[in-house]
Amino acid sequence: MAKSTITFEDINVTVTVPAGTRVIEVSEKVGSGITYGCREGDCGTCIMKVTSGWNHLTEPSVLEDKILRENMAGKHNRLACQAQVLGGEISVHPV
Amino acid sequence: MNKLELHDSDGKPKAVMLSERVHWVGSLDPDLRTFDIILKSANGTTYNAYVIRGSEGVAVVDTVKEGFADDFFSRLESVADYSEIKVIVLNHLEPDHTGALPELMKRAPQAQLYISQKAQSMLKALLKQDEMSYTPVLTGDRVSLGDRTLEFLHTPYLHWPDTQCTYLAEENILFSGDVFGCHYCDNRLFNDHVGDFRFSFEYYYAHIMRPFKDYVMRALDLIEPLPVTMIAPTHGPILRDRPDRYVRRYRQLSSPSLASEISCDQKTLLIFYISSYGNTRRMAEAVYAGAMQVPDVRVSLYDLEGGEVDPFVDLIEEADGLIFGTPTINGDAVKPIWDLLSSLTVINIKTKLGGVFGSYGWTGEGVPLVEDRLRGLKMRVPIPGLRVKLIPTDEEIQACHDFGLELAKELMGLRSQKVLNFADLA
Ligand SMILES: Cc1cc2nc3c(=O)[nH]c(=O)nc-3n(C[C@H](O)[C@H](O)[C@H](O)COP(=O)(O)O)c2cc1C
Ligand code: FES
Ligand SMILES: [Fe+2]
Ligand SMILES: [Fe+2]
Repeated sequence: MAKSTITFEDINVTVTVPAGTRVIEVSEKVGSGITYGCREGDCGTCIMKVTSGWNHLTEPSVLEDKILRENMAGKHNRLACQAQVLGGEISVHPV
Repeated sequence: MNKLELHDSDGKPKAVMLSERVHWVGSLDPDLRTFDIILKSANGTTYNAYVIRGSEGVAVVDTVKEGFADDFFSRLESVADYSEIKVIVLNHLEPDHTGALPELMKRAPQAQLYISQKAQSMLKALLKQDEMSYTPVLTGDRVSLGDRTLEFLHTPYLHWPDTQCTYLAEENILFSGDVFGCHYCDNRLFNDHVGDFRFSFEYYYAHIMRPFKDYVMRALDLIEPLPVTMIAPTHGPILRDRPDRYVRRYRQLSSPSLASEISCDQKTLLIFYISSYGNTRRMAEAVYAGAMQVPDVRVSLYDLEGGEVDPFVDLIEEADGLIFGTPTINGDAVKPIWDLLSSLTVINIKTKLGGVFGSYGWTGEGVPLVEDRLRGLKMRVPIPGLRVKLIPTDEEIQACHDFGLELAKELMGLRSQKVLNFADLA
């Protein structure tokens, strides 16, 4: 299975993960400052900044796009409870 | 002092004038004693709604709770025809202010609804109507009523995601929603006429706004530069006598007080424990000693048995890191820990650093349960909890020392880069 790494810049931790892993599954375990509310892509609590490897995450769904817009999210922001890792190296940061 | 007339000579509720063009059309609820489950009121509350008349149409700002709609409509009818209503502004979608909205929209179908950007997904869930038309607005957006103009201020999380304020520039009136409000019912309506409502004002802030201090400060950044001669909130007295005092008070209440005591490159770490036979206490003392090895961490050690919840909540609000020590008793962490952890909803502890340790006898559920709770409260818990079976050995005391040391390093950002494998994570 394709391997990928995700780095949580706020705590300086890099985790090797299998493709398909959601960011939420990793970030809580390592204690990153990304926080969660609904856990299902509705509340916008988990908005994170993707500082590199944007293209190595799944595309945002229509619903995720809507929530990002309603929360006036900036460029390269994603919902950590929705985004899944595809491969390659990714770095993220809480907003 | 003249008695304010809230009713006409036939006893029908009528509007109260704030200025020639602005009227209060709210309702009194003197019998309310508990609000939103979490708040008390000793004399009820008011649901304040307002009507603004411009040369080219009328605006209604907020409505009232459903059961109080009759008074609202009657007051509204005393100053405007439904056909004149061009604009309905909702500063906040909570049912105490949107209860009369469906009926108002039926009576004034031509009116356009203005809500905040973040209110959009809530509107549908609240009103259970599809196909509603509305205009989402942000700071700087305006709507004209001819010679009167409404300006919107985006002030989210005061105290719901959707909240906003509306400013009537030509009259310097701020329609602030729940901000600057309080549950206090007095039919004299204005702050220079009503009884002493200072307690209610502070109490409302402490329970409703305090968890959102950062957002309060951001909202004040928008509000303070505006000339304001009157604040018209959705609950309690209308603040027309020196409204700036209330703005200043919000600033005071939202500013951290500890910042003046410690220097900005220091961080504070609190260790709370409780212990029946002294085992968890011994662990706590070692965690404390370990954490103190790290420069610029101000560590405090507290036995929960010797304190009350409220002052601890105040301490926690301004701390950077929190470590809890609990034994396992009957398969759970102990009540004083839960009492403290269930009292933190009035403050913001999101992303504070957390850690948990404790002694146990045979199952040890206490520590993981508290860890889950800390994560649930949106704290970061980067180091797995530390459990010791019964009396800690010397090695275990050393492990407690290291646990404190590592958490304190984490707090100061001193832990070195780590590379982990997903499969190895707990
Ligand atoms: C003071 C207050 C705070 C609230 N905080 C939250 C919250 O943090 N998250 C959430 O999802 N809903 C929150 N809500 C919304 C309530 O969960 C929602 O209104 C719910 O429908 C109330 O259910 P009930 O009618 O059974 O009391 C809050 C409501 C109030 C009144
Ligand atoms: S946690 Fe609510 S959107 Fe991700
Ligand atoms: Fe409210
Ligand atoms: Fe309210």
